[in-house]
Amino acid sequence: MKYLDEYRQRSSIHKLAAQVNDTVTRPWTIMEVCGGQTHAIVKYGLQQLLPAQLQLVHGPGCPVCVTSLEIIDKAIAIAARPEVVFCSFGDMLRVPGSNGDLQSAKAAGADVRAVYSPLHAVRLAEENPDREVVFFAIGFETTAPANAMAAFLARRKRLRNFSLLVSHFLVPPAIESIGSAADSRVQGFLAAGHVCAVMGYEEYLPLASKFRFPIVVTGFEPLDILEGILMCVRQLEQGKHEVQNQYARAVVRSGNMPARSMLEQVFEVATQDWRGVGSIGNSGLQLRSEFAEFDALKKFRPVIAVPETDSGCISGQIMLGHNKPSDCPHFGRECRPEHPLGAPMVSTEGACAAYHRYSRQVSTNEH
Amino acid sequence: MCLGIPGRIEAILDGSPLERSGRVSFGGITREINLAYVPEAAVGDYVIVHVGFAISRVREDEAQQIFRYLEEIGELDQL
Ligand code: SF4
Repeated sequence: MKYLDEYRQRSSIHKLAAQVNDTVTRPWTIMEVCGGQTHAIVKYGLQQLLPAQLQLVHGPGCPVCVTSLEIIDKAIAIAARPEVVFCSFGDMLRVPGSNGDLQSAKAAGADVRAVYSPLHAVRLAEENPDREVVFFAIGFETTAPANAMAAFLARRKRLRNFSLLVSHFLVPPAIESIGSAADSRVQGFLAAGHVCAVMGYEEYLPLASKFRFPIVVTGFEPLDILEGILMCVRQLEQGKHEVQNQYARAVVRSGNMPARSMLEQVFEVATQDWRGVGSIGNSGLQLRSEFAEFDALKKFRPVIAVPETDSGCISGQIMLGHNKPSDCPHFGRECRPEHPLGAPMVSTEGACAAYHRYSRQVSTNEH
Repeated sequence: MCLGIPGRIEAILDGSPLERSGRVSFGGITREINLAYVPEAAVGDYVIVHVGFAISRVREDEAQQIFRYLEEIGELDQL
């Protein structure tokens, strides 16, 4: 496929990896923020191609992994209502809440449906006026424009039976929080290309200068990631800390203006709770008051028990770059893709699931 | 879910500006995709699609840059 296959060619990958090897003279730790990049790094064994001095750690950019236990418990409580059709991206169905997941709620009789796009949920609401359709609006800046459009269209179509359970995350405040941590090992970042396709990368300029680390907006294919790493390492070796754009074929500095203006109309910035990491100020989105009637939390006011949090999962340590999945005592033992203890083992974008799936590469990967 | 993939616009379907959509082909698979956020995109363009929405039009000239760089490295290797 065009724009995919050519970025996965072995010979090119090796050539670029050799360039990184030639550039690195000292130990460096780089974090890729996005789960899609983590998946590609592990799948293509990229760490294995790099010098031992250069370590990649895996950031908090898997939306499934950071969605809080509390919101999943609330999702399950709403889904259990007889009038509700609960729609979600498929990945969310198996994320463990404090007592089961959406899949088990479905097995117990709840009407839970996996949809590809939030617009499918809007259509379901139009087609089923006697049911309450709730869409689980999760994700980063990449999915937010789609979810904002769903709310906007629902209001224009005057749908009374549609609402959103919103759990949205913003990337720059997470980078800020990782950068501020006293014990942070991370010296450079690969920013998530598709987040920047929407938002642009101006927000990253103050972060790069405040924390004096390079940030490279990077794509998702193996060649993209290696080029992003090369750009980042060149800056580190030269003592620079600039924002660079590796993914210029899809990202411009100001982002996608129509999408940003839709986001601005529908959502406002709010504090958000990151699973495994904790609460971060201004790191999430919530519906503006003009869209309050589409807020599933206000509509259904789900009551849940205070979630039991300690499953022994160290996902927070992994997402902050302190540990890798194989450092977790549960990895591959109590915690496996068929029986996940924590969310990073559920989603294919989760670091633990990626390590588990490609474990042969990883065992020779880690230095 | 978060994996945006590039697809080629095969046809623009009617719709209001907000519901402007197109038939987009991903290898062999074709889906109807919302194009409201890429108003400039036309038939034949590649777009990056996330959860049913095109969020960016792929710029062909920029896409070639890495291959030009790889060629340069190749030529240096041969010196
Ligand atoms: S292996 Fe399982 S328990 Fe350990 S951090 Fe990953 S998801 Fe959590």
